[in-house]
Amino acid sequence: MDLRFTPEELAFRDEVRAFFRDHLPEDIRAKVVDGEHIDKADMVRWTRILHEKGWAVPHWPVEHGGTDWDPMRQYIFLEELQKTPAPSPLPFGVNMVGPVIYTFGSEAQKKRFLPRIANLDDWWCQGFSEPGAGSDLASLKTRAVRQGDHYIVNGQKTWTTLAQHADWIFCLVRTDPEAKKQEGISFLLIDMKTPGIEVRPIVTIDGGREINEVFLTDVKVPVENLVGEENKGWDYAKFLLGNERTNIARVGMSKQRIARIRELAAKEMSGGRPLIEDQRFMEKLTATEIELKALELTQLRVVAADAKRGNTGKPDPASSILKIKGSEIQQATTWLLMQVMGPHAAPFHADQLEGANEPPIEPDHAAHAAPAYFNMRKVSIYGGSNEIQKNIIAKAVLGL
Amino acid sequence: MDFDLSEEQSILKDSLEKLLGDRYGFEERRRVLASPEGFSADMWARYAEMGLMALPFAEEDGGLAGTPVETGIVMEALGRALALEPYLATVVLGGGLLRFGGSTEQRAEFIPQVAGGELKLAFGHTERNSRYDLNHVETTATRDGDGWVLSGQKSVVTGGDSADHVFVTARTAGGARDEGGIGVFMVDAKADGLSRRGYANQDGQRAAEITLDKVRVPGERVIGEAEGGLPLVRRVADAAIAALCSEAIGVMEATHRLTVDYLKVRKQFGVPIGAFQVLQHKAVDMFVAMEQARSITLYATMMADSEDAGERARAMHAAKAEVGRAGRLVGETAIQLHGGVGMTMELAVGHYFKRMTMIDIAFGDHDHHLRALAAKGGLMAAA
Repeated sequence: MDLRFTPEELAFRDEVRAFFRDHLPEDIRAKVVDGEHIDKADMVRWTRILHEKGWAVPHWPVEHGGTDWDPMRQYIFLEELQKTPAPSPLPFGVNMVGPVIYTFGSEAQKKRFLPRIANLDDWWCQGFSEPGAGSDLASLKTRAVRQGDHYIVNGQKTWTTLAQHADWIFCLVRTDPEAKKQEGISFLLIDMKTPGIEVRPIVTIDGGREINEVFLTDVKVPVENLVGEENKGWDYAKFLLGNERTNIARVGMSKQRIARIRELAAKEMSGGRPLIEDQRFMEKLTATEIELKALELTQLRVVAADAKRGNTGKPDPASSILKIKGSEIQQATTWLLMQVMGPHAAPFHADQLEGANEPPIEPDHAAHAAPAYFNMRKVSIYGGSNEIQKNIIAKAVLGL
Repeated sequence: MDFDLSEEQSILKDSLEKLLGDRYGFEERRRVLASPEGFSADMWARYAEMGLMALPFAEEDGGLAGTPVETGIVMEALGRALALEPYLATVVLGGGLLRFGGSTEQRAEFIPQVAGGELKLAFGHTERNSRYDLNHVETTATRDGDGWVLSGQKSVVTGGDSADHVFVTARTAGGARDEGGIGVFMVDAKADGLSRRGYANQDGQRAAEITLDKVRVPGERVIGEAEGGLPLVRRVADAAIAALCSEAIGVMEATHRLTVDYLKVRKQFGVPIGAFQVLQHKAVDMFVAMEQARSITLYATMMADSEDAGERARAMHAAKAEVGRAGRLVGETAIQLHGGVGMTMELAVGHYFKRMTMIDIAFGDHDHHLRALAAKGGLMAAA
């Protein structure tokens, strides 16, 4: 047992750290530090810097533009990325549909889509949830009917993150309404420019315009855009949702946020002294730091176990707690950050969410404290709510 | 980075678990608990035979040069079995004081006896007014020729009723809470003026109240510097905290397993109660807390041998706070999920809960360590 990084891992960490330090544009870094909205142009700019280095999709197979890094290096890369802090790559292409395409897609699909995902030529969004299909995703109703060379798709998707920027959407659609609900679902790739698609924004409680409803009315999708086999879409969806274990806990991001909390708490005054000298505040911060340290070790246990078995076998039981604990800590840190700003977290800046020319009412970092807190309530809801995660652990790990 | 045990470590774990599994079942433990000594001399001899008493000591002192990982393996297994023998008191505490603070002569005289299982030790540091503060020492040591005369009282001395020698902290200079002026003295339990009142703690482990009334201790039984013993005491307390965290992992694991098993067999409303989502989620909450505690315990184990006292202390504060929090959640939830039967002495689960509770209030509870770490600027201050 040796919980230190090897000299090779340390050298790799230094290399990655230096690259992020030297190549992440300062204006983008500043936005991430303050929790500001990262717009499409920033995201494309950063992804292309990574892609030029060959690091836009490091976890993909080498033949598709990935690297041969082992799970520990993949972990170190993401941790350093989040600690810099740099924007995380857009997950919908890089972590979700990309691996589905290279695992289950046709050769033509791999050729057509994978290079464009890696370079962020195509912005992807995810068409899974529907108004009547949230935690019970398999009850989805969006219908795809085969007509010659096309599917005709009708239905509605919701909570579609950043669909307003999207070129493509990957959708779960019902192709066999007679079959058992999990067995009549297919996985379709749909061009967002196809007639019959309408995107309507949903404003979230932080005032942000991040998520959307997507309406599909008689949308014609060529059959060549079906991934894998018809009616096997549920298997691909489960693969997609179970795929993301490395750094689902977002330890690096929480570490960066704690560093920011410490920095700001040393400046903000409370009772005539810096807040960081307040015992009650420090005990809350310390409790969160302890939880984060434990989670980091839990994450590393999972990564080390993955590395050992070549990432093919059954996941370590500890992996199932990463989503639950990781989301709780992310939420705790945004709450603490808002507390640091105290009353100055109160003013609402409608225009700052999309970028504004008006001078801010309060310092930039104060403007985003409350919205970040409100916004991060989502992390225990999406990707399988924490209650669904507990159902999974009860069944798969505890055998209940 | 490597989380696996070495082959030797795996053998140690497997053979100790087999020994405890074969000979330390719940019924056997009850018999031991009811005996006047409150622990099993037979098991003690078997531990010694397996080399457990020799584990942490250097080879030149007659030990096996084990690391905190080996101590953790032993403590976790003892926790899973709710073993009652004074291993922590003798090997981790008393042994630790000899290991880190003993002179060449002291190590040569006593370590072989500890390693052979012939000697039992205890560490008296807690006093009525000290709570968890290791620097709070009211017991006095006054120079007397080439020796010392000790007077005072030590409370809840784990293993204190059966120990052959009791190490006690005593003030050689300064006021009750001064960091300097604390000495560590090795006192023969049969010394004139030492009286002890033995008893069982809530969890069945034995302890004693020890009164020192002008006890004469020869100069060669001072461990380390008579006026500068606190760093040694802190170092050994840190070793004990890492060991207790490992024991707690064994306790929690057994508690959780018993609870999940019970959820599968206990039927109400015509179904196993584990079919109810509200109970499933509580069992998962226990699991999450336990795994987090296991992770932070690994961290503490890795840091337990660090020469950097500041970083070592931070790690122990973090681990003991987290383990205390997790242990309480696991223990209380286990009793709740067992329902009425969890309240009875007849079931093991309550005994695990009691041990877990006693671990929290040994060497600083959750609040103590959280406050101490916060006062030092938190866990990530130095990073």
